[in-house]
Amino acid sequence: MAKFEGYKDIYVFVEQKNGEIANVGYELISEARKLVASIPHMDYKVVGILLGNNIKNKANDVIAHGADKVVVVDHELLKDYSTQFYADALTQVINEFKPDSLLTGATVLGRDLAPRVAARINAGLTADATKIEMDPEKKDEALLLVTRPTFGGNLFGTIVCPDTRPQMATIRPNVFSMDAPDANRSGEIVEFTPEFNDTDAKVIVKEVIEKVVEGIDITKCDILVGAGRGSEHCLEMVEAVAKELGGAMCVSRAVVDDGFADKAIQVGQTGKTVRPSLYIACGISGACQHVAGMDKSDMIIAINRDPQAEIFSVANMGFIGNVEEILPALKEEIIAAKQA
Amino acid sequence: MKIVVLVKQVPDSTEIRVDKETGTLIRAGVPSIINPDDLAGVEEALKLKESMGATVTIISMGPPQASEMLKELYARGVDECILITDRKFAGADTCATSSTLAAALNKCGYDLIIAGRQAIDGDTAQVGPQTAERLGIPQVTYVDEIKAVSDTSITVKKSLEDCEEIIEAKLPVVLTTLSGMNEPRYMNCNDIVDCMGKQVTTWTFDDLGIEESKVGLAGSPTKVHHTFTKEVSANTETFQMPADEAAKLIAKTLKEKQLITK
Repeated sequence: MAKFEGYKDIYVFVEQKNGEIANVGYELISEARKLVASIPHMDYKVVGILLGNNIKNKANDVIAHGADKVVVVDHELLKDYSTQFYADALTQVINEFKPDSLLTGATVLGRDLAPRVAARINAGLTADATKIEMDPEKKDEALLLVTRPTFGGNLFGTIVCPDTRPQMATIRPNVFSMDAPDANRSGEIVEFTPEFNDTDAKVIVKEVIEKVVEGIDITKCDILVGAGRGSEHCLEMVEAVAKELGGAMCVSRAVVDDGFADKAIQVGQTGKTVRPSLYIACGISGACQHVAGMDKSDMIIAINRDPQAEIFSVANMGFIGNVEEILPALKEEIIAAKQA
Repeated sequence: MKIVVLVKQVPDSTEIRVDKETGTLIRAGVPSIINPDDLAGVEEALKLKESMGATVTIISMGPPQASEMLKELYARGVDECILITDRKFAGADTCATSSTLAAALNKCGYDLIIAGRQAIDGDTAQVGPQTAERLGIPQVTYVDEIKAVSDTSITVKKSLEDCEEIIEAKLPVVLTTLSGMNEPRYMNCNDIVDCMGKQVTTWTFDDLGIEESKVGLAGSPTKVHHTFTKEVSANTETFQMPADEAAKLIAKTLKEKQLITK
């Protein structure tokens, strides 16, 4: 008999705001598809959980992105995110549908909601996973091996939840890739109506102030040129190369700490996670906490004067040299290559 | 108003290095510091104390030696420091930690609880919300500014990915604070000398009236399967050549990979 009677399938919390679904939900569904494919004998499904108001029409998008089934909870109290009502609703979905595992994006919302729910049901929750696999040694259960960086990215821990269900994890945006949607996919849509014992909101959003977006969103850039402490005095060179490549500049934490750049373009454990096609690291030493935010880039080129720099261990090509000499020459070569 | 700030002593993760021979963390000589997000919370509490006459209590869970760190907080101006320490609490994940902290909070009482958003050793950001859940009170995470406080409610600014929200929450509430929200005050020499004479209250398992199955390793649903350090990639090609040749090689490679487009 199964250890956890009735608990089945991999569920993904599909985050939305104003009816717009965040990509991270689709990234997690794509990853969940790979996970269920690795345990065909268990016959697991990928199930999306969609909470909101007037949101049902989005369920087909979730199916197109790879869900076999979508649980839709449509309620006016769920129109905008609130810890209280979302935690109440999600807990009831878990109790009703009994997910074997539940993945949530490690966004500001996900990191507010998932721990609250995990504490309520005393389920294990692993934060900021970077890798998820099925334990190959467990044949009669789907035990997740969830790997995450700790100690500022210096150490990796693989975490399991052997005794509680659902097995919960949060995963940052951009850690997993999103498969292309298939509008011809079919799936089941189930509506669920929660009961709210207390409809009196304890926390009220009085005002929303849009952040003025200065520059571009580095998480959406296909080419990034990163600056570290070794190039913070020549950021204009870094930016010029990024511009010629049609990409953007990002920076390490040191550059932000030293006051040369805004935190919005910081890559790393305390900044953003990126996975561009190309990442050129200029004068970046490669501290673990930075590498944790960019090591999934398709191609990494590192330029650093220190042959011992850690960045060379994750780079595909490493150049030992002076960024101030290489970058201006590189800019000219790129211009020449475009004209050739 | 009684403000309780949850504080964790952490190794300064920017100072940690990996021993490449053994693949383990080198922890010797790594300084212990007050977790930066927590220190921001302490500063906010002290500002409220000055502006409206609150008392500030610190609760920290950790090994006995954490009491030295807590004494330093007396020099900053906090009123009481409580260290929760017991071998039975060892190996706690966020689930067990929040149960333990909630038991301590129920024992000492609170009107407002402030916790750092996340600790730089574990980086989970889970203890604040989970403690709020155990206490059955609301939470506001990622707080960037405290704007106003009354006897029954607090107004704060929360920082999200693409916007900020002005939020009003009924008290009591758990706030989680971000290290960038303030500059922690300096301690003056007299206060540092004075704080050496102050005592940190110690609470052990027996003081908290909590079930043993809810704390430490036993109360932790997550288990560490194994740990590892990152292996060094063997397929890095490293070049040392004049700058113009390096630039040519990079451009040639990018062109081949169609990363340079017209």
